[in-house]
Amino acid sequence: MATVATAAAAAARHNAALLVPKGDGGNLPVLDSGFFGPRVAFVPEFSPTCTQRNASVRAVMAPPQLQQQRSPASSGIVKHALTATEKILARASEKTQLVPGENVWVKADILMTHDVGAPGTIGIFKREFGKDAKVWDREKVVLIPDHYIFTADERANRNVDILREFALEQDIKYFYDIKDRSNFRGVCHVALAQEGHCRPGEVLFGTDSHTCNAGAFGQFATGIGNTDAGFIMGTGQLLIKVPPTLRFVLDGEMPKHLLTKDLILQIIGEISVAGATYKAMEFVGSAVDKMTMEDRMTLCNMVVEAGAKNGVVPADSTTFKYLEGKTSIPYEPVSSDGAASFLQEYRFDVSKLEPVVAKPHSPDNRGLARECKDVKIDRVYIGSCTGGKTEDFLAAAELMAISVSSTFVPNDNLLVWLDLFTLPVPGAEGLTCAEVFTKAGCDTPTAPSCGACLGGPQDTYARMNEICVSTTNRNFPGRMGNKDAQIYLASPYTAAASALTGFVTDPREFLS
Amino acid sequence: MAVSTVVMRALPSPGIAVSPASSSSSSSFSSSTLSCSRGVPLAAAAALSSHVANSSSADQSGSAATIHGRCFVVGDNIDTDQIIPAEYLTLVPSKPEEYQKLGSYAMIGLPAKWGRFIEEGKSKTEYKVVIGGANFGCGSSREHAPVALGAAGVRAVVAESYARIFFRNSVATGELYPVESQGRICDENKTGDYVTVDLELGTLVNHTTGKQYALKPIGEAGPVIDAGGIFAYARKTGMIPAAA
Repeated sequence: MATVATAAAAAARHNAALLVPKGDGGNLPVLDSGFFGPRVAFVPEFSPTCTQRNASVRAVMAPPQLQQQRSPASSGIVKHALTATEKILARASEKTQLVPGENVWVKADILMTHDVGAPGTIGIFKREFGKDAKVWDREKVVLIPDHYIFTADERANRNVDILREFALEQDIKYFYDIKDRSNFRGVCHVALAQEGHCRPGEVLFGTDSHTCNAGAFGQFATGIGNTDAGFIMGTGQLLIKVPPTLRFVLDGEMPKHLLTKDLILQIIGEISVAGATYKAMEFVGSAVDKMTMEDRMTLCNMVVEAGAKNGVVPADSTTFKYLEGKTSIPYEPVSSDGAASFLQEYRFDVSKLEPVVAKPHSPDNRGLARECKDVKIDRVYIGSCTGGKTEDFLAAAELMAISVSSTFVPNDNLLVWLDLFTLPVPGAEGLTCAEVFTKAGCDTPTAPSCGACLGGPQDTYARMNEICVSTTNRNFPGRMGNKDAQIYLASPYTAAASALTGFVTDPREFLS
Repeated sequence: MAVSTVVMRALPSPGIAVSPASSSSSSSFSSSTLSCSRGVPLAAAAALSSHVANSSSADQSGSAATIHGRCFVVGDNIDTDQIIPAEYLTLVPSKPEEYQKLGSYAMIGLPAKWGRFIEEGKSKTEYKVVIGGANFGCGSSREHAPVALGAAGVRAVVAESYARIFFRNSVATGELYPVESQGRICDENKTGDYVTVDLELGTLVNHTTGKQYALKPIGEAGPVIDAGGIFAYARKTGMIPAAA
């Protein structure tokens, strides 16, 4: 089974390193403990030596926590070794060093918003900066309507209109309008990646909790609310607290029946839905090295389900290859220093893991798929930013080239949708995903949107009291539109296998 | 949003210079923010931040708010889909009529076992305080969550711990005080109990049971919420001029 080891030494190094040197050779006081360790405040003195750079903002946006005081090491070691997340935030705040717990003003490279977040964000932006105000950079705001877009709901459609008006008024360069099919893309997180807006070393904010998806590109990406987004729209910056990093080392050969969705469900089950609150989750190891970009996105997508601020997979040749031709903006990748301090380290031997599900009603309610084989299901849903990328559909189709019950296959993104109808499924004698799904009796793959994952307007698919296996990311009560429905989160293989049998099914029943 | 129960602390007067070392960049921040067509240079943002740090700590931390009323008690992991289900997210919080409507749907996603948060036919809740367990507000980044609670009439949530985006959104909007209890208190309080939350003393008193609980200090979030959110706070403390 998986082995989990915590690195007490790493934690000790982290604490010892939380000293902040003053110019005169002494150290600034450790104020009190933050969530995860000492919170250092630069107490400004009104003296000529107090420079602007040393004065910092105290924590405004995070609960102060009074844990027991940890005494700083006496040797006054200056922390130079940084984690990937710390490096990205240091660069974005023009600092040469920083420590977890520190609040810094970072420049945003991209602000993304969609039809649910944009109207409120725009309202706040205009109220605070003036009705004729212009966004800080028309090329850094990316507008992607994707949540409630194929619906008769009037307010939903009005909200897309609000987005469109704003895009025109501000001459926003990147607006993926649903009216213009050549430009429409669908689910925001996949679109951001496909359109080259995710770049290593950058800072990306989005009015959506799964913005952390982009951490797969070795960048700092996190979800924010309308007010913070409105602030960024006007200033291009945001005050954020530097998170400490939890490191997940994933080694070993991935079994053929295991997908990265199984890995992240395994991890969330390990640390719980609050196990990474206010922290960064970094994924490294030989298994990660072999992952595709879509795999890495699946990993990072769900870090928010563990409460994390961001997820990060350091960029490598796989990343660079993916980005070729997608972006012309230069980027500078970062990775954690060898001597960097991590709050905790977890090690997994992926070859020993089994397919898992998250049982109702929590993403950390982990169970082995094979132990749920008596759970009769009503519906299977394969889609969403988490589990509706091209590779997810190929995986499902590969397993499904057999028979079936009732499945809904919406997909994620226009390009993914096109892939469903064009790419041949390995081992299916030249059939495309769509052909396999249709032959197996699934509902026709539909146009891309987020709707069903979160139970959108009344005419959204699957808002019923059912037992559903889903490749989505959350299964809290009522998530898909019905409070009594039971949602099992699973990988595309597990979902496909379950669709074939009508029960929660371990994919090994079908994959040798 | 009504803040009738909040006692405002004295804030530094707007006349205080933003920073002695960089008055020119601070004024460029002030003026450029509102007529904002360009981004704010980081130096100016640092001026803003040093203003916050330079003010005396007593004025920049804590709140004197006291909230008295009935409490509504829930448990752990109350996620944003329960606080405001996704089907209501077409309501735009910055539009006043829709803001009110959002309030009427607050907590409508809760399983029946917790009881009704808003009475049939009403659009506001009778509960001023929500008491929760761990990881309150987990799930989505939707700002509609603290907004719906605030619009419904909630003044404070007292929970064992919070999910980060919900906490942040509560402070940024100023909609409610996200207070942390010292330890778990949701098991000892019942929906309908009369409570007083005193942020200055750091206590929650349950008048129905006679018990008292310690709260963690609200810290720097206090003045921001007192003022009505980050933008209002920035204006009140003279960091940015009043809206034109």
